[in-house]
Amino acid sequence: MTVLNTAEMEMLAKRHPEIFRRTLWQRFHVPIIVFSFALYLIFSWWFFAVGKVINDANWGIAGSYLADWISYEIRPDIEIDADGAMRISYPRFDPIGPNPNPDWLEATRETATRTIEAPAAPSTQSAAPSSSFSFMAQAPKPGEAAPQAATASQTRTEEIVTHAFVTLGTSRTIDVKPDEVVLTRGAETVRLILDRTSGEVRADGVLPEWAEQRSPGARVVAYFGFSGWAEISAERVRVRKRFLGWENFFFDTNSAFFGKSAGEVAGLVISGERLDPSRSNLSLAWNDILYNPSWQHLDVWTKLLQTVVMAFIGTLFATMLAFPLSFIAARNILRNRPVNQITKRFFDFLRSVDMLIWALFFTRAFGPGPLAGISAIFFTDTGTFGKLYSEALENIDDKQREGVRSVGAPPSAVQRFGVVPQVMPVFMSQALYFWESNIRSATVIGAVGAGGIGLKLWEAMRTNSDWENVAYMVVLILIVVFLFDNISNALRSRLIGKTNH
Amino acid sequence: MPTSVLQPRLSDNGLMVERHWQQLAGQRRLYTVLTAVILLITVSGSLWFANETNAGKFFDRLPHFFDFVGELIPRDGMEIWRAMFDLPSPYYDGSMKYDYVEGRQYITGSFYIPEYFYKMAETLNIALLATLIGLVFGFLLSFLAARNMTTNVWIRGTARRFMEILRAFPEVVLAGFFLAILSLGPLPAVIAVAIHTIGALGKLFFEVIENADMKPEEGLKAVGANWVERAWFGMVPQVMPNFMSYFLLRLEINVRASTIIGAVGGGGIGEQLRLSIGRGHEAKTLAIIILLLLTIIAVDQFSAWLRRRLVGEQAFHMI
Repeated sequence: MTVLNTAEMEMLAKRHPEIFRRTLWQRFHVPIIVFSFALYLIFSWWFFAVGKVINDANWGIAGSYLADWISYEIRPDIEIDADGAMRISYPRFDPIGPNPNPDWLEATRETATRTIEAPAAPSTQSAAPSSSFSFMAQAPKPGEAAPQAATASQTRTEEIVTHAFVTLGTSRTIDVKPDEVVLTRGAETVRLILDRTSGEVRADGVLPEWAEQRSPGARVVAYFGFSGWAEISAERVRVRKRFLGWENFFFDTNSAFFGKSAGEVAGLVISGERLDPSRSNLSLAWNDILYNPSWQHLDVWTKLLQTVVMAFIGTLFATMLAFPLSFIAARNILRNRPVNQITKRFFDFLRSVDMLIWALFFTRAFGPGPLAGISAIFFTDTGTFGKLYSEALENIDDKQREGVRSVGAPPSAVQRFGVVPQVMPVFMSQALYFWESNIRSATVIGAVGAGGIGLKLWEAMRTNSDWENVAYMVVLILIVVFLFDNISNALRSRLIGKTNH
Repeated sequence: MPTSVLQPRLSDNGLMVERHWQQLAGQRRLYTVLTAVILLITVSGSLWFANETNAGKFFDRLPHFFDFVGELIPRDGMEIWRAMFDLPSPYYDGSMKYDYVEGRQYITGSFYIPEYFYKMAETLNIALLATLIGLVFGFLLSFLAARNMTTNVWIRGTARRFMEILRAFPEVVLAGFFLAILSLGPLPAVIAVAIHTIGALGKLFFEVIENADMKPEEGLKAVGANWVERAWFGMVPQVMPNFMSYFLLRLEINVRASTIIGAVGGGGIGEQLRLSIGRGHEAKTLAIIILLLLTIIAVDQFSAWLRRRLVGEQAFHMI
């Protein structure tokens, strides 16, 4: 191995100056880029107030929203009156239906004669709206109708609950008695003593980690993981049991088919008695599915079809208009520079005015609905296609045109046989690609009122309680996108042969 | 063998060929007509459906179409500039329509940024930050998804499926979900656009990597370089120009996307546009449209210039 002396090194440096004397940028571009990127991130952190937003964010809600995508809660409230009588009630639109008697909530009932003081503040307020609903099924026995009393204090005989036992999951239970609640999660058990005179809840022992009490005597919130949670105060135990799945997906609680298994429904549809004398069970079932109030299947499907139609018609019409215009814009087809330039600037204008602007504009003009979406996609894509098509036309091989012209063909035949066969595959491929991507765009512009599933999706999200509907629509959108992805790939490979597009 | 096409009478062979050709041509014609009919039915059905489910019917609304265009004309031409630069309007009557001065974003005591310029900067920043996030994560994921860099089928498949899900998930749902958690503001828009961008850029990136020349990588492998060194010194230098080109292309798309996401609650100029169109503030609307148009053209031109410098004309082969 030879060692270079100074003179040789200088000679080498002279011979390859670009290696030894590099600019600052060449030498330090990696640290410069990293540094400016970090600087920009810091700027953005400040500009978007990221720290504050993340601090204020409600991450606890995020978990339950995500859980709502694939599951639902049933929310029985166990109310404990001053004399120790308990009542179980469900919210009005609870997915459990009008006849609640689930097997995971075992209630011991007995008939008792009670004296109820009307102005008792905590119980009257909550008893009035909910009890009529929940007792519909349990108390229609003739002798038990409560005597109508206009006095402040009334005595009546009714069925009350003395003991309720809720099973939330394997070894996750809540045992509710008038004076005490026993919570069990796994190996841990805690006994809470309810003191109704002072309205306080006291734990008998130390509260486990999964139960939380803000201040001594206040209500206790116990978390049972995915199975649900419970809130225990002296007068009321709120239970939230979570079930995996989409509730009442086919039949709503108002439907005659509610709560029946698939076999039973099939049996009814095929050979059962008519539930509604005016029409067959099949049509009744189908109607109940379509107009299911919490899922609105028919409406969702219609909106989804609108989205597909918007993308289809918008792209098709844009192709049809851009096709002739691109011949005018291409400088090798129409040899007139001013006309070329005007057409090209027109394309640029259509393209640069955002799809959003077109969508808002046409929503004002046509009213909300797919017409606005079609027009928005049509206008934007005419610009995009015009630009792409005219560029494709300018890059064609001139020999074919010359060949057709040399045998004396008229100009239209020159275009038809000399130009179109060359560019047609590109045109078709672009149109199909944009059709597919416009289904996605149509979803978004729908949210500003341009028709389609976007608005429905947006409304479902704004309520913050219909995340399962959002999940349903997202699944449908993904299926449609996947389907059209494959259709357009298949069409493309048939039309232009397999390429790497 | 007689081959002249001018010969009036054909041989038996020729007749057979002629018959076969006629048959094929007839079949082809049938297919064309059939396709045209199906297309016609689909199109007219779709149009009928779109018209039927629209709030206003096409032919009822068409005569009033230009009424709305007329509504967009402000009281005088200067109003547009006053709205754009937040200058006081002579028509100011306490209503929101002419309260241009209200929106000024003061930086120092007397120096301010006009509201719409500030909002435009916000939208551009959303797009830039989201695209940069997409670039970083798409870059990392693409090496895991490329066939020539990752031989393990499971890692590769997972990376690809993951990017597909990110890409296909509707942006509006992501924006809505993060709006619910983070409350109103531009950050949900950044997250929504960034997530989509990771998927979109990752796909384009791994295709570039798969088409790259493997010789530098092989050389590095021969001298015992590890996976990271091979990727960084063998692959990155040759794919970087293409990556940057796709990054810029995506930036153009994301400026538009963040405007749209802004309109559905993500803040920025999109929201201002939706509000001003909805309220019928014509001068404000026109000011925003002009600003948006100029910005989009500027971004497009800048990115086209930069891409041409980076990779030459081949950058313009779309997608």
